[in-house]
Amino acid sequence: MATEYKRPLRVLLAKLGMDTHTVGITIIGHALREAGMEVIFTGLKQTPEMVCAAAIQEDVDVVGISTLSAGHTRSLPKLARLLREAGADDKLLVAGGVIPEEDKALLEQAGVHRIFTMGSDTRDIVAYLESWWETRRAEEAA
Amino acid sequence: MRQSATEVANRLLAGETAAGARAIRWLDDRDPRGAQVLAEIYPHTGRAQAVGVTGPPGAGKSTLTDMLVAEWRRLGRRVAVIAVDPSSPFTGGAILGDRVRMGRHALDPGVFIRSLGTRGQAGGLSRSTQDAALVFDAMGFDIVIVETVGVGQDEIDVVNLAHTTVIVAVPGLGDEIQAVKAGLMEAGEVFVVNKADRDGFDATWRQMDLMLHLRAQALPDLRWDVPLLRAAAAKGEGAEEIVSAIEAHRLFLEREGEFVRRHGARARDQVLILVRDALAAIAFDLAEEAVLQQVEARTLDPYRAAEQIVSTLTNGVVTA
Repeated sequence: MATEYKRPLRVLLAKLGMDTHTVGITIIGHALREAGMEVIFTGLKQTPEMVCAAAIQEDVDVVGISTLSAGHTRSLPKLARLLREAGADDKLLVAGGVIPEEDKALLEQAGVHRIFTMGSDTRDIVAYLESWWETRRAEEAA
Repeated sequence: MRQSATEVANRLLAGETAAGARAIRWLDDRDPRGAQVLAEIYPHTGRAQAVGVTGPPGAGKSTLTDMLVAEWRRLGRRVAVIAVDPSSPFTGGAILGDRVRMGRHALDPGVFIRSLGTRGQAGGLSRSTQDAALVFDAMGFDIVIVETVGVGQDEIDVVNLAHTTVIVAVPGLGDEIQAVKAGLMEAGEVFVVNKADRDGFDATWRQMDLMLHLRAQALPDLRWDVPLLRAAAAKGEGAEEIVSAIEAHRLFLEREGEFVRRHGARARDQVLILVRDALAAIAFDLAEEAVLQQVEARTLDPYRAAEQIVSTLTNGVVTA
């Protein structure tokens, strides 16, 4: 038998709204690439509609949103809803950046699977995604 | 939720984006369902015009692609883009950033953009580029643009895949001869000098013009007169001329019977590549560790070792 091909995890990274702080998302992107993942950048000033369309066209496993200038309590739940309506809620939705503690419950309830706040270690993010990926692959194989 | 190949095939033939996207994923991941989908959609392919966009890193291929998409949309064509970026040969990871330049088409249902990592393939394309092009063809896209990784000299696999290849050069990459090297210069049906507003444009233009003249002299049988065009893609300048040249090339191919022939040649190539890869995989599995160890120990040379392995393979096929 030919050796089994382990496909890379595909991750879409995007910023929503009028937020042009790119340092964090760039570092995360490179950390994920170093961990063997395929990272797709959409560019800045995206709407939830644009991110949802890109996630479907690229058929990614994970959608990661970086947010550093507020607006996340509206845009993230909207993105979660759009993905759900498009039948794409099998994708993992994660967010990171400046997200106050008191917003977390609301976002998680709206369908954001995991929130990484300022100061998160990129290794923890990689580990989280890899462990989710292992579980997902086991489910797919079952 | 496990989708069946037939379901995905039917939905993508009906033009459904998510189904097309899933089929490409399966093909890119070597999921067996990818080949099943391909079997079902294959009779519905052979119509789309595949357009390659290639050139050195930093030539503005993505921005130019974005501009061409806009122009074709203005003309009412449905356009798919396969944007290839390099995967790390060490980790397999990749940053796929070509979408960043194409944000304005994000919500246009007549445009489908897919980013692919090379995943170990040399030559400027990903292993599944041809498969993705077939999926888009079956979905009814009129134009499939294949944007390669930034290429150097002989990474011109896109020429075999595309009906029309656009070579993009830019001023200011240093030594003018370096801007577009031999392999690239001999390929391609449409040449563009991008970033025409930059210093050094005239010199690059003259150099390209000269090289195209030399190429025309060397290939007197080539009836297609290769156009050299200028563009400033970041400003949206030059789109009409480039799209007209590509459309003219399509008409030329059709007139010469080449359009169908190229689809055919592409299909043949793909079969040969698949056979080669499958046979290689079998041979590698057959390769006895003992033989390889002899080569490492310098008691057997690589050529004789390869011969032994191939002869094992041939016998295996005969007796099987």
